[in-house]
Amino acid sequence: MLDYDFMRHAFAAAGIVAVVGGLVGYFLVLRAQTFAGHALAHVGFTGATGAVLVGISPLAGLVLLTVAAGIGMGFLGERLAERDVAIGIVLAFSLGLGLLFLHFFTAYAAQATALLFGNVLAVSGWTVWTLLGLGIVTIAGLAVISRPLLFASLQPELAEAKGVSLRLYGVLFLALVALATAECAEIVGVLLVFALMVGPPATAQGLTSKLGSGLLLSVLIALAEAWLGITLAYYTDWPSSFWITTLSAAAYLATRPKISFARA
Amino acid sequence: MSEAADAIAFENVTLALGGRAVLAGVSFAIRAREFVGMLGPNGAGKTTLMRAVLGLLRPQNGVIRVLGRPSTHGNPAIGYMPQIRSRVAGLRLSGWDFVAATWRGHRLGLPHLGRDGRREVAWALEMVGAQDLAHRPLAETSGGEQQRLLLAQALIGRPRLLLLDEPLISLDPHRQREVVALARSLQTELGIAVLFSAHEINPLLGAIDRVLYLGQGQAALGTVDEVITGPVLSRLYGAPIEVVRLGGRIFVMSDGHDMERDMHRHDTAHAGCHDPSHEIHHA
Repeated sequence: MLDYDFMRHAFAAAGIVAVVGGLVGYFLVLRAQTFAGHALAHVGFTGATGAVLVGISPLAGLVLLTVAAGIGMGFLGERLAERDVAIGIVLAFSLGLGLLFLHFFTAYAAQATALLFGNVLAVSGWTVWTLLGLGIVTIAGLAVISRPLLFASLQPELAEAKGVSLRLYGVLFLALVALATAECAEIVGVLLVFALMVGPPATAQGLTSKLGSGLLLSVLIALAEAWLGITLAYYTDWPSSFWITTLSAAAYLATRPKISFARA
Repeated sequence: MSEAADAIAFENVTLALGGRAVLAGVSFAIRAREFVGMLGPNGAGKTTLMRAVLGLLRPQNGVIRVLGRPSTHGNPAIGYMPQIRSRVAGLRLSGWDFVAATWRGHRLGLPHLGRDGRREVAWALEMVGAQDLAHRPLAETSGGEQQRLLLAQALIGRPRLLLLDEPLISLDPHRQREVVALARSLQTELGIAVLFSAHEINPLLGAIDRVLYLGQGQAALGTVDEVITGPVLSRLYGAPIEVVRLGGRIFVMSDGHDMERDMHRHDTAHAGCHDPSHEIHHA
């Protein structure tokens, strides 16, 4: 299986993205901002299709627009009550806009499926290096802000009182989420980033209440799901995104009974 | 900084929120090592006053001094237990990690505790008797247990002034007495000042040194006997108030209704967000 270049690229890309998604996603779930992550991915679709239209690489468009949207969302994030509605509207509008860009560039229609649902088996060597670079930037950024981010996520009022700027860390974090989302979209597509960014951390948080083990477990689950998904895709010839999402859902559901039992 | 410096001193302070003056030209001083209960109708400015002490809200007028110095944002000498705590109930994270997040939480870098941090978290948990809760997920602890963890969190950094915003909300009377007793014992043992806001005076009776009562933009600070009187409360409520003492309990009545109790009931139902003037009118 690993004799093929495309399989080696797929494993490398999925591995990088799983680590990033597992770490960033852990904080995303902790902050209950998963919907924001989902919406950022949709904005990425507009970015990628728009980039093709103006003649730059889809990944560049994806990264630029999601990061811009993440920062914008962070600045608007203060009005909590309105957030779901605002995010939902932006999400729908982004997909609509992406569709329009595709309409202008009809020859590209085949690539639309890859953008929406991912195609990890088509990842080039150059893309792997790009993902590695982006991944290092994302993880390094997260490492630098993780301490105040955790404080601000768990006890915002107290953190604010102790001098932590909620807005600053809200914006910085969503920018990192945007980067992670753009990377995940390369593997599972913009519609399915939840599979790598929300499934593994949510499963991990159901299994352990410790912060360190939770982060580690989140990464390991994401890695296992991504690599196993690609392996299954190789042997069945079914889409890898199908396998990754299926594994993600299965792992989450398998840990649910423990949660409901403990709460009862 | 002298030992005798007041914990909180307001000099002719006016606090405004969204253009509305919450406190107008208020002066009082809470001494070091004093346990003060803060009462007043909804919207009287209890949370606003705490935010001003924390330096999160600048007074429009006047001077606020905290432990002998002008109030500043991010003062490490203040411990704070905020009122909005709904987020905590759903967390899958352990009590230990929840409390630990406070340890030097404003610094950049990884949330690594180190030996000092671990010792500090263990100390804070022990002070509130929450060692056994620390390894359970927050989602699996009761309201009273979460309250203990929040208190432990407020103690991280060894504050000399503790601001507790409505720690009794949504607790049954038995748990309320426990929380008041715990706050009092922390105050005595650590020799710190505590400002404890509540809806009702009764759970605090016998525990507090003095009471700070807010209302109608004004404040009255004194012993329970000095402040919880018809004339003082009538001024703070802006309506005729009668104070009835019965079997060691105090009832603040307006037109035959128990004001504090009414408020408490409303507050539990609506999570504390409605117009205080409404209370007066229907009472």
